[in-house]
Amino acid sequence: MDAKATTMEGVGKTPDVPVFYLEEEHAHAEGGSTMLGFWIYLMSDCLIFACLFATYGVLGGSYAAGPSPKDLFDLPLVAVNTAMLLLSSITYGFAVLAMDKGRVGQTQAWLAVTAVFGAAFIGFELHEFAHMIHEGATPQRSAFLSAFFTLVGTHGLHVTCGLIWLGTLMVQVAQRGLIEANKRRLMCLSMFWHFLDVVWIGVFTFVYLMGVLR
Amino acid sequence: MFNNPDLLKAIFGRLTLESLPFHEPILVVTFLAVALGGAAVVGAITYYRLWDYLWREWFTSVDHKRIGVMYIVLGLVMLLRGFSDALMMRLQQAIAFNGSEGYLPAHHYDQIFTAHGVIMIFFVAMPLVTGLMNYVVPLQIGARDVAFPFLNNFSFWMTAAGAVLVMMSLFVGEFARTGWLAYPPLSNIGYSPDVGVDYYIWSLQIAGIGTLLSGVNLVATIVKMRAPGMTMMKMPVFTWTALCTNVLIVAAFPVLTAVLALLSLDRYVGTDFFTNDFGGSPMMYVNLIWIWGHPEVYILVLPAFGVFSEVTSTFSGKRLFGYTSMVYATVVITILSYLVWLHHFFTMGSGASVNSFFGITTMIISIPTGAKLFNWLFTMYHGRIRYELPMMWTVAFMLTFVLGGMTGVLLAVPPADFVLHNSLFLIAHFHNVIIGGVVFGAFAGIAYWFPKVTGFKLDPFWGKLSFWFWVSGFYFAFMPLYVLGFMGVTRRLRVFHDPSLQIWFIIAGFGAFLILLGILAFLVQIVVSIRNREALRDVTGDPWNARTLEWSTSSPPPPYNFAFTPVIHDNDAWWDMKKRGYERPLGNFKPIHMPKNTAAGIILAGISVVFGFAMIWYIWWLAALSFIALVATTIGHTFNYNRDFYIPVDEVVHCERARTQLLSGQA
Repeated sequence: MDAKATTMEGVGKTPDVPVFYLEEEHAHAEGGSTMLGFWIYLMSDCLIFACLFATYGVLGGSYAAGPSPKDLFDLPLVAVNTAMLLLSSITYGFAVLAMDKGRVGQTQAWLAVTAVFGAAFIGFELHEFAHMIHEGATPQRSAFLSAFFTLVGTHGLHVTCGLIWLGTLMVQVAQRGLIEANKRRLMCLSMFWHFLDVVWIGVFTFVYLMGVLR
Repeated sequence: MFNNPDLLKAIFGRLTLESLPFHEPILVVTFLAVALGGAAVVGAITYYRLWDYLWREWFTSVDHKRIGVMYIVLGLVMLLRGFSDALMMRLQQAIAFNGSEGYLPAHHYDQIFTAHGVIMIFFVAMPLVTGLMNYVVPLQIGARDVAFPFLNNFSFWMTAAGAVLVMMSLFVGEFARTGWLAYPPLSNIGYSPDVGVDYYIWSLQIAGIGTLLSGVNLVATIVKMRAPGMTMMKMPVFTWTALCTNVLIVAAFPVLTAVLALLSLDRYVGTDFFTNDFGGSPMMYVNLIWIWGHPEVYILVLPAFGVFSEVTSTFSGKRLFGYTSMVYATVVITILSYLVWLHHFFTMGSGASVNSFFGITTMIISIPTGAKLFNWLFTMYHGRIRYELPMMWTVAFMLTFVLGGMTGVLLAVPPADFVLHNSLFLIAHFHNVIIGGVVFGAFAGIAYWFPKVTGFKLDPFWGKLSFWFWVSGFYFAFMPLYVLGFMGVTRRLRVFHDPSLQIWFIIAGFGAFLILLGILAFLVQIVVSIRNREALRDVTGDPWNARTLEWSTSSPPPPYNFAFTPVIHDNDAWWDMKKRGYERPLGNFKPIHMPKNTAAGIILAGISVVFGFAMIWYIWWLAALSFIALVATTIGHTFNYNRDFYIPVDEVVHCERARTQLLSGQA
């Protein structure tokens, strides 16, 4: 950094007075900070999940004489569910590739496929929740179940938000095409979507797989 | 029809006529005063036809300077509320001896100490600090606005929405009676079935969204929008502390959001996170909330450190001593602040190893903080010190804060903490650092940047009066609490049975009265300064002969801050420009690209207030409706692609010519 500082100094010390302002308006890219800003937001969201994971880590064994993961989790169902979400991430990736090539129809199609996979994921999750509640394993039953429903439910809520966002963006792309602003928004949603995938891998491993092993 | 309880419940939830505190004379009088005052303000605004101006130029403004000012106004207004609570507590404790119950019933007193803490931290200290950062940071880095101007406006209004909910609890229902962190199981539904804790939860959740987003915003601004040449190690120290503070906000506030969400699930849905039965663990809550809570105190004090750094070097007429070590000290404090949270509950009984770890990390924080103090002292050493108001606050800070820091290190020793935990010693300690650090810092910052914001200085006489009342009042109010703490008096007591303690509480009450005079003098100072503005006028834009970039523009700065993007060659950019013969550009202006104002922020925050209120009172239909409105408005806002405009050249020329005339008139 010192080296850099000296070069700056060198530039500055042109014969008499250095350049103190830019004559021209430099065209700063519209929304140039959006990606960074969204990243930072995602990290803050990640911390919310970290808290929920920690809570599950502490309370995950407090069954209060109620059902335990072994009694409740249906791994094949969760595996299918996981596949849905992972596939939706792949199809979102295809949507971004199509977006880069400027193909509106193809982008929209892949987004629609993504939405279907996402909705399927939510459907399976709701089915699982309904089943558990039906069996008496409600969030109120034990601290383990409170932590379970909150962690998995918060993830599901995020996916739901993602779906609403996806629908909104599809309308906006249909209205205005793949303009810069829309591309930026699609990239933000892309980060959000993949982020949820990563979180889900954590949930799948930490809650389901290790829960059944426990 | 109106006698049908089910129907009423469906419409109004828990809200009944009994929720309005007609039976409490203190609250009725307060309400009348607030209502009359509010009516007077509204009347005055209407009479002078200012609504349109306020709406166009302030409420919907995305200008970081306007938003910064609004934050500071919010902080000062809430200071009056939070301080009234303090006065009431001091009075109660001073008279509740010898069999007297004082004048505050227990359930009211408990709300007051809770509200005092919540308001002072979330709605006084945070807005003051955020306001200063919002106003100053873009100017210091040579930017025209923050990275996300709309989000900035939204953040402010969400903070204001939280404040509105807290204020509502004064007259509709009640506030929490749990202490400012609302520990379960007391804050759980079984022990606090009324609306108090719900007011607490929703006001903090709503304000927390604002705080988090403004954190994201300022981090992105500082990382991405610095003027060319301003490398990280050429940033002004205030900007550095702002960066660290906002990183902390992003890293800490989600934890608060999560833990309050879990508490609300416990209260609303009946989950078992923090219950005593069904496997819940109240200590989980205490851990999580302090994982947010400890960084929070550094979120508040770091920007204050930044203010003191700017003030010390400006008023000593010297470059800041040890810039690099100052930056590293700030960063080290930022990291360490994350590793000390458990010192708030050594008495939990985690065992010797855990307690020693957290005790030692806590003590280590005093090292970078001490380094900062030496840097300030060495900056003053051989300096040509001008004891203007900001510098006076700074010196008072150095003396006071060191004292608070030392009692802090004392409390960091776990065995000592077992004795002093929950005592008035602790209360004295944290008021010592928060008043001595954050509040003095805010006043130093306000006095320092006021001429930048308005174009005239604050009146020094009333400022000094306020200063002396505040500082002496602080010592009178809190030194007795150290003594009482050593005697074993615990916090949050309403009545006392040992008459020998009374004298200390009377002294503390006298101190609070002095602080009251300090606050009044501050308000008078503002009024007097506005009336004498012509005499106090500064046309140069640089009244203190200062060093950083914000002083290179006019006061108040034009909407676009800088007609041309500045290029930076030195830490003290403006000092460097002055020294090396910088000449202000007089022509060749270009149109300037700026963000447009929008009403979306205030509308969303307004709906959030309705949503919070409905959730607090179990008015489910309204909650659902306002939630849908919230989502719909947000989505609707994303359909607005037309968010920027160009300030035409004529306007830039006009602004700059006006400044040229001012400057030449001066010469």
